[in-house]
Amino acid sequence: METGTRVDNVINFTINIMKTLDEFVELFAELFDTVDPEEIHADTVFHDIDEWSSLIGLSVIAMVDDEFDVALKGDDVMNSVTVEDLYNRVVEKL
Amino acid sequence: MNDSYNPFSLQGKTILVTGASSGIGRAAAVECSRMGARVVITARNSQRLEETLSRMEGDGHRMCICDLSDTASIEEMVAGLPELDGLVNNAGFTQIRPLKFIDEEIFKQLLQVDTIAPIILLRQLVKKKKLLSGGSVVFTGSLAGVARVSPGNSMYAGCKGAISAFVRGAAVELADKGIRVNAVCPAMVDTGILDSGTVSQEQLEQDRLRYPLKRYGRPEDVAWAMIYLLSDASSWVTGTNMILDGGVLLK
Repeated sequence: METGTRVDNVINFTINIMKTLDEFVELFAELFDTVDPEEIHADTVFHDIDEWSSLIGLSVIAMVDDEFDVALKGDDVMNSVTVEDLYNRVVEKL
Repeated sequence: MNDSYNPFSLQGKTILVTGASSGIGRAAAVECSRMGARVVITARNSQRLEETLSRMEGDGHRMCICDLSDTASIEEMVAGLPELDGLVNNAGFTQIRPLKFIDEEIFKQLLQVDTIAPIILLRQLVKKKKLLSGGSVVFTGSLAGVARVSPGNSMYAGCKGAISAFVRGAAVELADKGIRVNAVCPAMVDTGILDSGTVSQEQLEQDRLRYPLKRYGRPEDVAWAMIYLLSDASSWVTGTNMILDGGVLLK
């Protein structure tokens, strides 16, 4: 039992911190309504996306809070250029 | 000119201020003391409450630690309070979340602190006959509750809108007792309520410039409106939601 619990914890922990860049890009793409998710990649300059807005910026922060339990700041979003930059900021704060 | 003539004075009045450890509550406590009131200040954090107390003028003030999210804690505090001429029902907080990310637990916490606790506090004061006839209750509402809501602030708007509606109901019921109930509804005030940084400084700077008066409110701007509503100068005013917005609704 004890071993099982420990293994479960390790697995949960791993899932928690190891969400991959690809998974992050997918979660990020879900925030948009009019953009084909296939068009959003790790190297997409997200501020240039037509649908990008301050409200979607707030959605990024809320999504990261829910999925990673990380409190991103408005400045983190503003100062990131690509989706991968954002992911790296999240990973730094884990 | 008669130097002692001041219908806005709070001399001789005892006033309870909640959320007095920072922001609008701290300014209300300090300014009420400067207008002659004896003030009872409350919040959860004793260190910051003491800081408020140290800024207050005059004698007879006291502080009272209370977790307003806990009804038992409210009842206990009310039992120990003196009779009051005024209540500044102010404690509150917000969390920025776009509608798609409204979280039930966060929403419940906001409702508890921003809506339920101030209503329960008023109920308890009325029930225990702690509010004197001629007394005045001022809620801290928000412009978000009655007019302009910034994106991501809809949970807070809902909580504060409930307060603005409640104020009118309470005003009707308490008028016979000679107790007035009003709210102030400020637009953005520099209080640290957005210190978590969800909204960036740059965004705040841009937003600030949308105000015709070119600045956000200061806590004292709100405190002075509260003083009017607490004083005998507003004896004929009840059930109102007073907007303080630097002119932003004009745009």
